[in-house]
Amino acid sequence: MDFGPLWLSAQLAFVTTLALIVLGAPLAWWLSQNHSRWQPVVQAIVAMPIVLPPTVLGFYLLILLGPHGAIGGWWVKLTGDALTFSFTGLVIASCIYSLPFAVQPMQNAFEALPGKNLEAAWTLGASKLDAFFSVAIPLSIRGFVSASVLAFAHTLGEFGVVLMVGGNIPGKTRVVSIAIYDHVETLNYASAHQLSLVLIVFAFVTLFGMFAINRRWQSR
Amino acid sequence: MRALRTVFLFTILLPTACFADENLSIAVASNFQATVKEIAVEFTQATGTPVRISAGSSGKLFAQIVNGAPYDVFLSADAARPKLLEESGVALKGSRVSYATGALVLWSADESLAGQDCLQALKTGSYRRLSIANPSTAPYGLAAKEFLLASGSFDAAQGRMVYGENISQALQFVVTGNATLGLIAMSQVKGGLPLKPTCSWNVPQAMHSVIDQQAVVLSASSKTDTARRFMKFLRSAPVEGILENHGYKVPE
Repeated sequence: MDFGPLWLSAQLAFVTTLALIVLGAPLAWWLSQNHSRWQPVVQAIVAMPIVLPPTVLGFYLLILLGPHGAIGGWWVKLTGDALTFSFTGLVIASCIYSLPFAVQPMQNAFEALPGKNLEAAWTLGASKLDAFFSVAIPLSIRGFVSASVLAFAHTLGEFGVVLMVGGNIPGKTRVVSIAIYDHVETLNYASAHQLSLVLIVFAFVTLFGMFAINRRWQSR
Repeated sequence: MRALRTVFLFTILLPTACFADENLSIAVASNFQATVKEIAVEFTQATGTPVRISAGSSGKLFAQIVNGAPYDVFLSADAARPKLLEESGVALKGSRVSYATGALVLWSADESLAGQDCLQALKTGSYRRLSIANPSTAPYGLAAKEFLLASGSFDAAQGRMVYGENISQALQFVVTGNATLGLIAMSQVKGGLPLKPTCSWNVPQAMHSVIDQQAVVLSASSKTDTARRFMKFLRSAPVEGILENHGYKVPE
């Protein structure tokens, strides 16, 4: 079997998930605590990748990350190469694509936190940052697990955006969904079935695992 | 309850009613979509038969057709898929014809190549990225690869090539500035591009195998007579003019 694209997808999903947890947690926290009129605006922006077709995201990322784009042009000056057709570019694209899947579970978990725990921490002299790391995060671990699983799985299943900005370079941007698409296009259905089977099994096992864990936590 | 049942029946019968219409249904490879639209207008004028066009990549249309998609005619971007359909009986035996021959253009809109010779830039490797259609999925990509090998510029292109899923995406990478150079289709150049080229060079046909676009009539069609008329029309004199206007050559 063609393991290259599977491995590449796993790497992409891992790096994306890591980045989304690190960057998404403060954002989710802000969304959960903020009650200004800007909150729904940011909330809507975060959720937009769910609604927008990947072609829209991919098209604008292709322009934005390209050598003449705002981000890509700056990156060219910095590194000599554009962001499109590179692994780094795919990570940025995937972070945007999977953002709501990471932020929303964390935000839900933060919102469900009993206010008294945080207040207690503050009364005992913990700084806001301290309280966030030593009280909010440990109590919201379920949200973090859901966010990680969903971000990872959703990135693994990403297709349209990568198709637009990836350039289908073996070992660099040919992820598993693109490889399957290529196999179907070239009538190589056996390979397409094999790779698809791996994804189907993976999708079921991870989602089943997540729901099973959630249930056990709920019944506790 | 009765109303609900009527709605339900209506919903299942509606598609059947639609398929029983007068339209000749044509599945066409995306690169030929604009051209076939023009041909369809002429055909409808000549015969009175309206035409419905569905465009997609040849590979995807192939998969849909094998799985029973209700088309009458399939205009592929290659010769291999129509041949497979004919051999497996999904397409009518003897219906396969070459309807157009594609041509390649080496093209750039990048300012770094303004006033330069595209071919020279390709050969000396003075470009950042070269965009071609995927050689394993697209006939234009295969031709592009053959040309790169024949012109001795393949080695310099290694590691700098990006692959569009089809010739449309190969063009998209050049037009958005993501690739310096592209091997695109003459039909795209003729179709009008949003940017002026900084350099452009027509690849001689002799430097790659023929981009032979073939068509077949599908066996499941209920309108094989009309379909055959359309196939004949594809090789008629008025269509030759349309083909040339759109950057295709008339097949021998």
